[in-house]
Amino acid sequence: MPSTAISVTDLSKMYGERAALSHATFEVPLGTVCGFVGPNGSGKTTTMRMLLGLITPSGGTGEILGHSIKHPEKYLPRVGAMIEGPAFYPALSGRENLNYLATLGGFSTDRTQGLLEQVGLGDRAKSKYKTYSLGMKQRLGIAAALLPNPQLLMLDEPTNGLDPEGIQEVRDLLRTLANNGTSVFVSSHLLSELEIISDYLVMLRKGEVVFTGKINDLLHTQQPIIIAKGQNESDLNTLLTIAKSAGHHATIRDGALHVEGPKEWAVILNKAAFDAGITLSQLTPQLPNLEETFFEMTGEK
Amino acid sequence: MWHVAFAELRKLRRPTLFLGTMGAVVFFSALFSSLLFLLIDSPQGNSDRGRVVGRAVLGLATGGVQGFSSVGGFLGIIALCVFAAQTAQEYTYGTLRNLLVRQPGRLRILLGKFIAMKIFALVMILLAAIVSIGASVILAPGAKVSTDLWFGPDGRQAIFTTFVNVIISVIGFGTIGMVLGLLLRSPISAISLGVLWLLIVENLLIAVKNSLQDWLPGAQLSAIASGGTPRGSAQSIEYSHALLVGGIYVAVAVTIASFLFVRRDVAN
Repeated sequence: MPSTAISVTDLSKMYGERAALSHATFEVPLGTVCGFVGPNGSGKTTTMRMLLGLITPSGGTGEILGHSIKHPEKYLPRVGAMIEGPAFYPALSGRENLNYLATLGGFSTDRTQGLLEQVGLGDRAKSKYKTYSLGMKQRLGIAAALLPNPQLLMLDEPTNGLDPEGIQEVRDLLRTLANNGTSVFVSSHLLSELEIISDYLVMLRKGEVVFTGKINDLLHTQQPIIIAKGQNESDLNTLLTIAKSAGHHATIRDGALHVEGPKEWAVILNKAAFDAGITLSQLTPQLPNLEETFFEMTGEK
Repeated sequence: MWHVAFAELRKLRRPTLFLGTMGAVVFFSALFSSLLFLLIDSPQGNSDRGRVVGRAVLGLATGGVQGFSSVGGFLGIIALCVFAAQTAQEYTYGTLRNLLVRQPGRLRILLGKFIAMKIFALVMILLAAIVSIGASVILAPGAKVSTDLWFGPDGRQAIFTTFVNVIISVIGFGTIGMVLGLLLRSPISAISLGVLWLLIVENLLIAVKNSLQDWLPGAQLSAIASGGTPRGSAQSIEYSHALLVGGIYVAVAVTIASFLFVRRDVAN
């Protein structure tokens, strides 16, 4: 029994001179939800395609569920995937599309109605795919990925086009699957959602892995932020001077002072503000969230 | 491979495609065979390109399948379109990635699809045979054509031989359609190029230089369907020659397309 669902070493893909993915090395432990993030064009979909045997790596190695990615036939029967959005036959109904894929993969078609109900498409099972909304197509894609009762689920932007209720349903579904032992490797631009459901994170930037590990480890390596507000708006400049003179990086944003520094320094700031005759109306030490960390690490903002 | 074939049949049996195609087959099979008998005395001829097929020829043991062998080339065009569309649409819909995730053996995908489309083509050919021969039997008395030899030992042999020849020809056309679908990855491009080549370009080339008909793929496959044409006639392609040259075309095309399909990245 392998200890990792996905393990890649030095995985690369070149298109001519351009590296779509460059020497990527990361692991995804079994039974976890792993978020896969990166700006557009950072190599997420290319990586997923290589892991699914759709494109051939230019270099490096990889293993899925203990089998080399050179032999996708050994692991794909236990892998469910939806990459680059759902793709089905427009003239077939949702159920016919699932039956087609079930027959192709050698799975029973008995499960298809249950899966359609699981993703909220039970009452539209007989409607043609071309009549589905974007959210419904996305749900059908997730149902198709669940067909093999997968040990590893790879989803590329599964919440695209879903309404808030649908996003929450997908989040709950992925969490339930992980709790039942399914490993989930999911890319999404909704970083706040990933932060809620993910245990692990792989972050890419320009084809290179910039972080791989537990999501909490990433957030705890980031400099905490102290957010402070005085009773008067004019107090902010004084507070800014106090922070900078203490050697901290500080900015005024959204009507509040943002100071990078350990949470303990909040006590010192409070005292310094009091000594300067300022009464603080807010003093909140907090860790940056995943979105802020992502922008910091990828230089996207 | 069989899983792929069974899955593909689910797609091919959908009413719009299946009934639409079979409807066209019934219509054109009945039309081609009927014209042989209805225009038997027409000075403009009663077969393709103004050929005259007289009572004497129609009264032979092979007379009952004259209509069926004439419609063979047309069935080939239908097969080319269906095979090309069913293959190329996997690229345009983006469904190929689903197929390869569920069945990573790429040659198995190709073979499975090919088997399913062959079954579809067989149904098409069987239907065309029944309609063509049926129409011939119904219309022969009115055209004063004797049917005595049609279902004797030689007649049954002729039906069998023509059926096999039409199958070879139609599968050949279909295979070329599939290859075009794989290479061009667009149903419209694959069908347009295939039909344009077979119906217009080849005929233009043959009109310019008659000897080219011995070497053009569409002409060989059509000749196979009609059992070859004797040397010295206006259209002179021997059956064995057509089988050999047509077979080489199909084999080379299949080899190139299979190689590309197996090696090519699936990036859409």
